Amino acid sequence: MTKLTDITVSRRALLAAGATGAAVLAMPNVLRAQDRSLKVGAYGGYFKDSFDKNVFPEFTKATGIAVESVAEPTGEAWLVQLQQAANAGQAPADVSMISQTSMLKGQATELWAPLDAAKIKNLDALIPAFVNKYPDGRIAGIGAVAWYVTLVSNTDVYKEAPTSWAYLWDASNADKLGLMALVSNSFLLEVTAKTFFGGTNALDTEEGILKAFDKLAELKGNVRLWYRDEAQFEQALKSGEIPMGQYYHDVTGLAIADGFPVRSTFPKEGGILDSGCWALSKASKKVEEAHLFIDFMSQPSIQALVTRKVGTAPTVKRSLTDLTDAEFAAASSEIDPIIPRYDMQVEKADWLNEKWTELIVG
Amino acid sequence: MRREPAHGLAQHLPVIFPGLMLTVFFIVPFGTMVLVSFFRRQQGGFYVPDFVLANYARFLTPFFGNVLAFSLYLAIAVAVVSLIVAVPFTYLIARSRRQTQVIWLVALLSILSLSEVIIGFAWSTLLSRTAGITNLLVRVGLMDAPKALVPGFGAVLTGMVYQAMPYAVLVLYPSMVRLDPTLTEAARTLGASPLKAFFTVVLPALRTTLIATLIMAFIFALGSYLLPQILGRPSHWTLSVLITDQALYQSNMPFAAAMAVFLVLVSLALVTLTMFVGKKLEA
Repeated sequence: MTKLTDITVSRRALLAAGATGAAVLAMPNVLRAQDRSLKVGAYGGYFKDSFDKNVFPEFTKATGIAVESVAEPTGEAWLVQLQQAANAGQAPADVSMISQTSMLKGQATELWAPLDAAKIKNLDALIPAFVNKYPDGRIAGIGAVAWYVTLVSNTDVYKEAPTSWAYLWDASNADKLGLMALVSNSFLLEVTAKTFFGGTNALDTEEGILKAFDKLAELKGNVRLWYRDEAQFEQALKSGEIPMGQYYHDVTGLAIADGFPVRSTFPKEGGILDSGCWALSKASKKVEEAHLFIDFMSQPSIQALVTRKVGTAPTVKRSLTDLTDAEFAAASSEIDPIIPRYDMQVEKADWLNEKWTELIVG
Repeated sequence: MRREPAHGLAQHLPVIFPGLMLTVFFIVPFGTMVLVSFFRRQQGGFYVPDFVLANYARFLTPFFGNVLAFSLYLAIAVAVVSLIVAVPFTYLIARSRRQTQVIWLVALLSILSLSEVIIGFAWSTLLSRTAGITNLLVRVGLMDAPKALVPGFGAVLTGMVYQAMPYAVLVLYPSMVRLDPTLTEAARTLGASPLKAFFTVVLPALRTTLIATLIMAFIFALGSYLLPQILGRPSHWTLSVLITDQALYQSNMPFAAAMAVFLVLVSLALVTLTMFVGKKLEA
């Protein structure tokens, strides 16, 4: 009888010990620091490669947290994947680089885990526009990188640099331009409003937007390529096949450095300033690591490193960084930028998309 | 020999497996798509389960009607041109020596290993002003100045026919090889020219295969969304391009699903019609 009890007790003890052991293994903070890791989504291709090479290793060196980077597609495909995965309790990446329109759309479904301001010591260093907040003030994301879309041209075809976005409408440019194919990534409504109607406030009303659409319709005959694929336009711009258009300032800089006959111009109305946030999926279990990561990336010294190595504009105040004038000018400009109307892009998404598609396809 | 009906699980097994695959990989995804097409879109978010017809209503406009008509026109054009090119080509291969056949078929199959992106970029370079074939024509004195042939309808058609050709040849080849050579010989003996024998004997004998090839190339072309974007202007974008836009860039799954369901229904109707006409011809 006693023997039997003994066996029962020891069996229970064994089970308990096993359960404790499993719990210990499951708790990441019990493990050694080197075993901590974070999955980070970055735009595939040039961005991800540069971050992998120059930036993520610095983070691992400083914190011991390994970064497993995931190539994410641009556009909203990644948002859709994150959302569907989160509904199933999965996070294909813990922290991802997310565009402003996708940030707003993710907010609508509470996809982004609110960030704790107390854990981000460098919060004050950031330019306020780059702190993305829920309507009730919770922080949804922190500016990761900012980039400009500018007026680019082939220097063999255009000896003089253009000075204004209005030059796109010039009759001499018939069938010569390459522009982005979507209303939500070309931001041409905003460009039109700032160039011809005194500012993006002109897009406050539907009449204002329709006026901008009418003006854009005049541009249609000059456009040879409405591109979704960046490589397609870049290739055509370098060869002079399509000698002018809108393109990324940073990537154009790389093409210039490689000796291609291209230039990037900040028109007098300003370049288009777009940006991406670091945002944490609500399905992620690495909340602690994510905060460490986002705080690390928001340091002025790291932002300066990103500007030098990746060519994007810093999201922290310039005065806090040690960037020289030349380094800053390579990535940014003092000319007042055109800031996309993300609110309009999200609120009127379907209507804008329909009008836009009818404009360029019809 | 009369075939006995199958009895018991063991004899049904060969049918159960494909049936299961068909259910898992076709019926379930298609059913999900039909279901989603009735869901309610939340602008700025995703979608919620519901039963609304708004997604279909939005589609029924002259604008989308035009895009659908163009998509069908393009797919038919691709199918017809592929057939016109593939039939004489396959006929010639099928009648050549074994070794020649193998070389041609391997070369043709290697096209299938190329991705659509590579095919698109290759053709856009070949047809460009700065590096394209018109430069060769200028060199030999046939043209005054190099000219861009891309973007345009011709470029889209060329790229898509290039892509559909191997499939067309692969469908035609077995029938062409098996075709009894005595048929043409008989026609020749009775005084028909080789061309006349080809049109009055060979083609009618292959009627079913020709219709099958036409349908396959048509369906294949209808789903294409990359080549129209790379090689065409926005007016040459197919419905598949707009479906991709809605699904990937606007995250409007219900509308994308509604368009896709419509596209499937229209193409099914066209295929049924073609098969019906084919049967009529046979009778």
